[in-house]
Amino acid sequence: MEFFRFSRDIPFMSWRRSAAVISIATFILSAFFLATRGLNLGVDFTGGTVLEVSYGQAADLSQIRGVLTGLNMSDVTVQNFGTSRDVMIRLPVMPEYSSAQLSETVLEALRQADDTVEMRRVEFVGPQVGKELLENGALALLLVSIGIVAYLAVRFEWKFGIAGIIANLHDVIIILGFFAFFQWEFSLTVLAAVLAVLGYSVNESVVIFDRIRENFRKLRKVEVTTVIDNAITRTMARTIITHGSTQMVVIAMLLFGGEVLYYFALALTIGILFGIYSSIMVASPILLWLGVKREDLVRLEEKKPENDGAVV
Amino acid sequence: MNRYALWKYLIIAVSLLLGLLYTLPNFFGESPAVQISSLRVSHQADIVLLQQVEDSLKRANIQNDGLFLEEGSIKVRFVDTDTQIKAKDVLQLSLGDDYMIALNLLPNSPQWLANLGALPMYLGLDLRGGVHFMLEVDMEGAISTALDRHSADIRAALREKRIPYAGVERLGETLIIKFRDVESREQALSMLKSDYDDLQFREERVDNRFHLVASIKQEALVQMQDSTVQQNITTLRNRVNELGVAEPIIQKAGADRVIVQLPGVQDTAKAKEILGRTATLEIRMVDEDRDLDAALRGQIPFGSDLYEERGGGPVLVKKQVLLTGDRITDAQAGFTEDNQPAVHIRLDNNGAQIFKKLTRENVGRRMAILLIERNQTEVVTAPVIREEIGGGRVQISGSMTTLEARDVALLLRAGALAAPMDIIEERTVGPSLGADNIERGFNSTLYGFLAVAIFIIIYYMSFGMISILALSMNLLLLVGLLSILQATLTLPGMAALALTVGMAIDANVLINERIRDELREGVLPQMAINAGYERATGTILDSNITTLIAGIALFAFGSGPVKGFAVVLCLGILTSVFTAVFVSRGMVNFMYGNRRKLETVPIGKIWIPETSRTKKKFNYAALTKPADAITAAAQSTAEEASGGAETHDEIGQSDVESAATRTAAPDSAQSSEILLSGSDSSRAKTQAGKKATGSGGRKSRKK
Repeated sequence: MEFFRFSRDIPFMSWRRSAAVISIATFILSAFFLATRGLNLGVDFTGGTVLEVSYGQAADLSQIRGVLTGLNMSDVTVQNFGTSRDVMIRLPVMPEYSSAQLSETVLEALRQADDTVEMRRVEFVGPQVGKELLENGALALLLVSIGIVAYLAVRFEWKFGIAGIIANLHDVIIILGFFAFFQWEFSLTVLAAVLAVLGYSVNESVVIFDRIRENFRKLRKVEVTTVIDNAITRTMARTIITHGSTQMVVIAMLLFGGEVLYYFALALTIGILFGIYSSIMVASPILLWLGVKREDLVRLEEKKPENDGAVV
Repeated sequence: MNRYALWKYLIIAVSLLLGLLYTLPNFFGESPAVQISSLRVSHQADIVLLQQVEDSLKRANIQNDGLFLEEGSIKVRFVDTDTQIKAKDVLQLSLGDDYMIALNLLPNSPQWLANLGALPMYLGLDLRGGVHFMLEVDMEGAISTALDRHSADIRAALREKRIPYAGVERLGETLIIKFRDVESREQALSMLKSDYDDLQFREERVDNRFHLVASIKQEALVQMQDSTVQQNITTLRNRVNELGVAEPIIQKAGADRVIVQLPGVQDTAKAKEILGRTATLEIRMVDEDRDLDAALRGQIPFGSDLYEERGGGPVLVKKQVLLTGDRITDAQAGFTEDNQPAVHIRLDNNGAQIFKKLTRENVGRRMAILLIERNQTEVVTAPVIREEIGGGRVQISGSMTTLEARDVALLLRAGALAAPMDIIEERTVGPSLGADNIERGFNSTLYGFLAVAIFIIIYYMSFGMISILALSMNLLLLVGLLSILQATLTLPGMAALALTVGMAIDANVLINERIRDELREGVLPQMAINAGYERATGTILDSNITTLIAGIALFAFGSGPVKGFAVVLCLGILTSVFTAVFVSRGMVNFMYGNRRKLETVPIGKIWIPETSRTKKKFNYAALTKPADAITAAAQSTAEEASGGAETHDEIGQSDVESAATRTAAPDSAQSSEILLSGSDSSRAKTQAGKKATGSGGRKSRKK
C-alpha cells in the first residue's frame, strides 16, 4: 500500500508568500487572543484549591453552590467534570483558611448536605509555589529553545537552528493561542505537552533539514528552491505516516485518558497538526529567506568524507 | 551486508530476556497487606510478635493470605481491602500503641523474582491514591526566635559581667545594644565577640549614644536553616509514624522546603490534621513579678508576653526561651501516685542538665510549656516547680483530664518543630480516582498501540510486522527499565508511555520509507535494506536528540507529575533508538540477511512514478545502445561505492556477488539527480539499472 504518489516535486516554495501571510496571520491572532483573553491558568499556576468530588447520583450543582455560599465562600467555580456525577470545585486563595482546613471544611459541609459525596482529588497550591511553577515553566521553554538552536547549529548550520526554532515557537504560540481563545484550562500537564511538542515538532524539521543537506550534496546544479521542494516531497510520506501514528495514540488518549489527559492530548493534537505545517511552510521558507547555500553544508561535509557514501 | 555478528544477536537476546524478567512483576499485581513495625527500641518485630499477630487474627476469625517477617517488620497479606482494614483495627487493639500498624500493598510476584530484585514499578500518588504535601519552613520565624533568645542571653551576660548598658532592642533582623560610653561598649564587644560565634557586630553612634548592632552571620544562618529543616524532617517522620503509613517519603526539597508523600492514606483528614499541626514547644518561666492586671489593660511589660492558658486564665510569660521541644525524647500519658492524670516526660542529656539548673533556681515558681502553632501561642500547662528535678524525668500533672494528658503526650512525643511550617502545596488523590487513573493510562496506551500496530502492518506488510515487534520490545524494555530503576510512574508518565509508542514508530517509518525509496530507484533488495537503515540512522539520531533535550529540560524544571512525564519520555527515547535501529535491523538481518537471492523486499506494494514507468518501454530499446552513458556515470559512482563499502566491516556474500552489477546499478543518489536534471541519456541509465537488478521495485513474487 502506498498513499502518496507524487510523480513530481510539489512546488512548496512557490507558495511561500501565501504561507507567510497565513503564518503571520495565525501568529498575530494567537498573540492577540493571548493578550486580550489571556490563558485560563489552572490552579497549578495561580494558586488556590481544586476539589474534585463524585456523587452516587447526578450531582445537584445549585445545591453545592448553596452549601458553599453558606460557608461564606464567594468567587467559587462549581462545574461538572467528565460525567454528571463528578463535580469540580475551584476555590481561590483564601488567607483566612489554611489549606488543610479549607478542603476539610468544604467536604464536611458537602457531606452534611448529601452523604454520597466522595472525595476524589484535592489540589492546593500556594500562590508562591504557583508563581515558581510558572517561572520554571518559562525557563524550561527558554532552555529547550536554546538547546535546540545550539544542537541544530552544531549539527547543521546556524541558519537551520534559527529556522527550526522559529517554526517551533510558532507552534507553541498557536497552541497557547488556542488555549486562550477557547479558555481551556492551562495546567502543569498542558505545559508538559507544550514542551513535548517543542521537542517533537523539531523532529519534523530535522528530518526535512537532513534531506535538504543530502540533496545539496547530490543535486549539484539545481536551484535551492528545487532542492527544498524535493526534500519535502520525498519526506512527505514519512511525515504523514509518522504523525498519523502519533495522532492515533493521542486520539486514544483523548478517548480513554479521562479529564486529566484530555487537555494534554488536545495540546498535542494542535502541536502535531501545526508541527507538520510549520516545518514545511515556516522552517523551510525561513531557510530560503536566510539565504541558505550549498556551501553552508557541503563544505562542512567534505571535511569528513569517510562518513559519506556509506551507502552502496 | 545485512548480517549481524553473533554478539549482536546475543545483545538483543539478553536485553529481551532482561526486559521480560523485570517487566514480569508488573503483571502479578499487588495485594492488600498490613505492615506491623515497632515504634520503640524496647519492642522488636520478631518471631514472638509474629505468633502474637497470627493468634489475634485467628481469634478474630480473619483469614490471611500469608504472614512473614521481613526487614524488621511483619507483613500480612489479605484477599481484599475490607479484610485488610478489619485486620488493621483488630491488630491495633491487641498490640497497642507501641507498634505502627500500616496499610500497605505488597507485590504478588513470586519470591524468586523478588530475590532477583525484580519489583513492580513504583506507582505515584495519582495512581495509588494518597497525599502529597510541600511544606515550607518559616525561616523568619526561626530567625526571630533565635534573636529573642540571643537578646535575653546578652542582657543576662552584660548584667553578670557588670557592664553598664542602656538597653537591648530588636530592630528587624538585628539587635541593637545601647551603651552610654565608649569604654563599656569596647568591654562588651570583646566579651560578646568571644562568646557569640554566630553573631557579627557593628559599631554605630547615634547622638551621644554608642550602639552595637548585632546580626546573625550569613554562614550561621545557612547552618541554622539546614539544622532547622533537618529537625523538622525528623519531627515529621515521627508524626507520620504515629499515623501508620507504610512507605512514607519525607525529604528535603530546596533550601527551606520539605516534601511529604503518604501513599495509600485513606483517612486524609486525619493525616492533614496531624501533619498540619505545625507546632513548636517551648519552656519558659512565668513572669510573676510584674502586674498581670496592668498587662491585661494593655501595658504588657517589656520582655514578657501575655498568653492564655489552656482551660485557665491569662498568664504573663517571660520572652526568654529556656528549653525547646527538641530536647524531649519521650512523653507518655499516665497517672501520678494519687491517681491524677499526668504526662511523663523524658529529656535528653543536655535537656536534663538545663532542666536541672532551671528547677534548682526556680523552686516554688511556675514554668510554662508553650505550644506555638501558626501565629497562635497557647500555654499548654503552667505547673509550679516543687523541687529540683534531675535525671531528665519530668512529671506534669494537675488540671487535666486523661484525654488531655494523652493529647499533650502525643504532641510532646511527636516532637516539636524547630520552626513553624506552612503547607504551600497539597495534592490529595482518593483511592478510587487512583484506580481509575491506572485504567485510563493503561487503556490509552493499549488502544493507541493496537491502532498503530494494525495500521503499520497493513501499510508495510512484513517490514511493518518487524517494526511492530521492535515497538513491542521497546515498550517491554521501557517498562523493565522503569521497574529496575524503581522510577515513580504517574499518570503523565503513562501518557508519556503512550506517546513513546506514537513517537518511536517514527524511526521505523523513516527506515521503511528509505528502503522503499531505494527500491523505487531500482536498487537491489539487499542493498536497499542496507541503505535504508544506514541513511535513516543519522536522521533518527538527530531528531531524537532534540526531543531528548526537551525531555531533560522538563526533568530539570518540572515538578511532581511533570517529572514523571519527563523520566518516561527520556528513557523511552533511549530504548526506542535501540529497538528501532538495532533490534529491528537484527530481525531483518535474521530473516532476510542470508538469502542469496532476495528478489523482493516484503515492505508492501511500492508505487513507481508514472513518468518512469512509461519511459520504461522506451528504455528497453535504449539499453543496448548508450553504453558510454553508463560508464561515464559509473566512474563517479565507483569512487563513492568503494569508499562506502570499506566502511562496512562485514561484506556479505550477496554484496560480493552484486559487485558486478554495482557499476551498472546506479547509486540512488545518482539516479535522483538524473531524474531531476532530466537528461535523456542518464534516464536511460536509470532504467538500465532497473533492468539489471531485476524487478527491483515492483512486487512480483517469483519463487
